[in-house]
Amino acid sequence: MAHETKEQVDAVTGVTTTGHSWDGISELNNPLPRWWLWSFYLTILWSIGYWVVYPAWPLATSYTRGLFNWQSREAIVADLDDLKAQRASMTAQLARSSLDAIKQTPELFAFARAQGKAAFGDNCAPCHGAGGGGAKSYPNLNDDDWLWGGSLAQIEQTIRYGARSTSDKGHQGSMPAFGRDGMLKRSELSNVADYVRSLSGLATEKGADLAAGAKIFADNCAACHGDKGQGSQDLGAPNLSDKIWLFGSDKATIMEGLWNGRGGVMPAWEGRLDDTTIKALTLYVHSLGGDQRR
Amino acid sequence: MADAPLAPNLATPSPDEDEGPLYIARKAIYPQAVKGHFRTIKWIVLAVTLGIYYFLPFIRWDRGPNAPGQAILVDFTNNRFYFFFIEIWPQEVYYLTGLLILASLALFLMNAVAGRLWCGYLCPQTVWTDLFYSIERLIEGEKRDRIRREKEGRKLEIFSLRLLKHAIWLLIAWWTGGAWVLYFADAPTLVKELATFQAPMIAYIWIGILTFTTYTFAGFMREQVCTYMCPWPRIQAALTDEYALNVTYRYDRGEPRGSMKKNQALRDAGLPAGDCVDCNQCVAVCPTGVDIRQGLQLDCIQCGLCIDACDNVMAKIGRPTRLIAYDTEMNVRARMEGRPEVRRIVRPRTLLYLGLIALVGAVMAGALGLRERLDLSVLHDRNPMFVRLSDGSIRNAYTIRVGNKHLDDRRFALTVTGVDVAKLDIVGGEIDAQGRAILVVKPDQTLEARVLVSASADGLASSTNLLFTLTDLAGGETAHASDHFKAP
Repeated sequence: MAHETKEQVDAVTGVTTTGHSWDGISELNNPLPRWWLWSFYLTILWSIGYWVVYPAWPLATSYTRGLFNWQSREAIVADLDDLKAQRASMTAQLARSSLDAIKQTPELFAFARAQGKAAFGDNCAPCHGAGGGGAKSYPNLNDDDWLWGGSLAQIEQTIRYGARSTSDKGHQGSMPAFGRDGMLKRSELSNVADYVRSLSGLATEKGADLAAGAKIFADNCAACHGDKGQGSQDLGAPNLSDKIWLFGSDKATIMEGLWNGRGGVMPAWEGRLDDTTIKALTLYVHSLGGDQRR
Repeated sequence: MADAPLAPNLATPSPDEDEGPLYIARKAIYPQAVKGHFRTIKWIVLAVTLGIYYFLPFIRWDRGPNAPGQAILVDFTNNRFYFFFIEIWPQEVYYLTGLLILASLALFLMNAVAGRLWCGYLCPQTVWTDLFYSIERLIEGEKRDRIRREKEGRKLEIFSLRLLKHAIWLLIAWWTGGAWVLYFADAPTLVKELATFQAPMIAYIWIGILTFTTYTFAGFMREQVCTYMCPWPRIQAALTDEYALNVTYRYDRGEPRGSMKKNQALRDAGLPAGDCVDCNQCVAVCPTGVDIRQGLQLDCIQCGLCIDACDNVMAKIGRPTRLIAYDTEMNVRARMEGRPEVRRIVRPRTLLYLGLIALVGAVMAGALGLRERLDLSVLHDRNPMFVRLSDGSIRNAYTIRVGNKHLDDRRFALTVTGVDVAKLDIVGGEIDAQGRAILVVKPDQTLEARVLVSASADGLASSTNLLFTLTDLAGGETAHASDHFKAP
């Protein structure tokens, strides 16, 4: 042929083709409907309107703010305020009810636990673990062993003022460094460590003088830990006769505590958290292990 | 030309020639009014479907004091869907999936029996467009009336009629949006609130959206929605077969078409003559502006109005009706070639669809009849997995959620079996004298509680299967959930 033309008309439909042919199959060049074109122009117009009213173009040190003066940060603040407003009546009830009264009101109790769980994740989980499972030297809040007491009032006291904290009202009292400060000799400490292990039925080392250990315990330890090693919640002295060990039950760990002393710190949260949050935390922590009657 | 055999009739315009329009305007369609069998069916379907849509929310259904009294209600605030005697919670939304499957199968069955029955009669786009067209004709008259008015330059009349038409269209569109929101709130209350401008903003917004879509889709977009926007014509074409009835021009009878006189002359001379007198009535009444005589085409929604138009003409000229009819291309060819016609409504395809509809329907009805009105779910604490208590025993904690789907208060007892339970404790309930956990759940509500299970550490495997059993203390209905008891 003289020349290959691009445009061809399909015989069946009478529509021109694009001129591209793939294995003999050519593409029809159907015109677009005009309403589609209008919609397309409309989206362009819309985008211009969008630039005008919303933040759009970056400038050297700033950006075009738009006529609506909308900001994502302000939107979030507004959302949070909305949330607070929605919760306002429940929050107010929480603020004016006593811990026991909250626990008796199912909706309020559920609300407090939910709020407490969130606050726990934000403030307490780094030490006590996401579910309050604790870690070495950080008490497990799910069990039934409480250093400073597990009643609602005692838990609130500990959260509010802490232990060995900066607050005057915080729990005081710590485990002295019997070895480092030269109060007891290493052999004496070894005996008392074996004696302490025997209190909760753990195996003792061969040749350990448990009688000597008992004597040393009565003279040095019983004042805080009790004559049977049952501990004291007033002094934060752990129960040594149960199966729960904050640092570990092996002899080396016990020796380490005896030598260097122990004194873990729980910060005081008063002033850092508001009253309702502390209440909610108290109820949440209390609910982790159920009703703590001890 | 190498590709000549593949495309034998390619015209080759010169390169300078116009490539044709890049965009085309919509061809205005003014379908003429028509009376007949299918038009009557369409009026009835229109009245019934619109009647259902506009008035259904006002039907009442007594469910007692703890649930709304509206027969059909989508209650987003409380996450409930009410359908007469059925109440559906969000986790039961699979019933909706079942309904959608049934709807699809029904669509397929319709398609296998008689093509685009949905498009022609039932689709909201068709129904509202049909309504808008008839209002347009009622006010502005037929196309010829409009042309006459234009010619005579009756500008004021044209303007006022148009104004009236759009006002009525907007009213219908507004009512369409108004009916929509009534499905989402108590209808009589919402009507009062809407009338006194006390209704929530979202109601007005939705009315606005549906007013706009109804007005533009039925008043302006019309057949373009079917031709360009709707996926069903494409899917339909892929699903259909040669037995499906379609609105078909019987060219075996109609061709060669020609004027009455010419064809009569042919007939008298003993030559072949068709019944089609080329009066174009089938095109004039078509709401999508197609010529059915060109055969099956994508734009044709198969509403059957051309059948009515053609029947009227055939009756007038004394020829048999149904020159256009529900028929198949296969039978047209069969008649031309003198073979017998084949009509098979009952065939594997329709039987399969019917069977599937029956199966899905039965499964859904069974599931609905047997479904529990009590839910129990148990979630084991992830952290810590277990806790050692001061006496050496092991405790696991679980979060349970009890759903009471009855419309009154229910009292439940929870027991745990699987390990030798030393102590069962619950936060958010109480323990009775028999050591069971007692929970009270409000009507149509769920309750979350924390359950603590303790067992002696002696002989515990690292994981033991646990079964939670919840019993309705009054009715005796039970629900079970299983989980594990973890130990070191």
